[in-house]
Amino acid sequence: MTATADVATFLTERFPLVAGRPSLDYPAFNAPAAQVLEVLRGLRDEAGYDLLADVTAIDWSAAKSPRFTVVWHLFSTVGHQYVRLAADCADDAHPSMPSATGLWPGANWHEREAYDMFGLTFAGHPDLRRILMWDGYPYFPLRKDFPLAGLDTALPDLAVADETGVSVKPAPYMGGPFVAAPGSTIEAGEPRAKDQSWSEGQEKPKET
Amino acid sequence: MVSPSTEIAYNSKIEGDVVVSRLDAVINWIRTNSMWPMPMGLACCAIELMAVAAARFDIARFGAEVMRFSPRQADCMIVAGTVTYKMAPQVRRIYDQMPAPKWVIAMGACASTGGMYRSYAVLQGVDRIVPVDVYISGCPPRPEALLDALILLQAKVRREPAARRLFRA
Repeated sequence: MTATADVATFLTERFPLVAGRPSLDYPAFNAPAAQVLEVLRGLRDEAGYDLLADVTAIDWSAAKSPRFTVVWHLFSTVGHQYVRLAADCADDAHPSMPSATGLWPGANWHEREAYDMFGLTFAGHPDLRRILMWDGYPYFPLRKDFPLAGLDTALPDLAVADETGVSVKPAPYMGGPFVAAPGSTIEAGEPRAKDQSWSEGQEKPKET
Repeated sequence: MVSPSTEIAYNSKIEGDVVVSRLDAVINWIRTNSMWPMPMGLACCAIELMAVAAARFDIARFGAEVMRFSPRQADCMIVAGTVTYKMAPQVRRIYDQMPAPKWVIAMGACASTGGMYRSYAVLQGVDRIVPVDVYISGCPPRPEALLDALILLQAKVRREPAARRLFRA
């Protein structure tokens, strides 16, 4: 099957549990986590989406449930079209998802990155280690409850940490984070600190 | 006429072959004009570092063209780029492996202060783990800025009491 324009009809006929997902660009679908590997295999073998472009995840914040959503982007090298598939992780505390490494070996590092940044475990992954942060880093930096500046922790090499007395410290922000605000003029939209009233030298005013 | 001592008297045979100087000046002259860099090319600043070594800017004019990828043979570590916390211990270990005397140039905003990476992953200035002699501003600095830093470092080395340190050690 080469035509990919009717991916929606293909999916709804083949996998009744797959539902449409709001999207501004290419077709997107939600799938139940238990069925996601079958859907990916169907898209690859039957609908022509043979290239895995990306595996990533979304953290909808600790207040939401389901908290984590894994997103796959597939590309058809025949039909030159993308499709996006998303699946929610059932468990918020220990999110898990079946690994797509059996379908695309290239999913290996994408899933390691998602594990590194979000703490998602991929069941069946052959080598689920951190890929960007060092082994033993205690946090998952792209989770919503992790501050961009970072948290106190030890350096990866304890001998060097002992010798230099240096540890991982939160980065200084000087009233930041610096964000660009959508505004009417360039001046109004310039990246600037949200709150200029505090800095490293001056404590942040307590919210009352 | 016979001279009582042949050792310290004027000897016409070696005329013009003797230069009288201070030991400090000689040692520092040697050090400043063959300062072999240890290139810690960690990010885009390394591209400018390569440009400095190439024909147009030609760091060989200042005796620092011998990029040594073994820290045992290097004198001056040029930290060119963003130092992440994951990389920081390795930078320190390489610095520790360099034989003294050794110097460090922090090239560019990232190596000097963390630069634009106000982030959980980036060391906020390489001077937190190694002593830095010269900082270079810029993102990335022009090759001339690195040459300027090298000249500045050479000027600093010339002021060091090298002989005293040598014999004390």
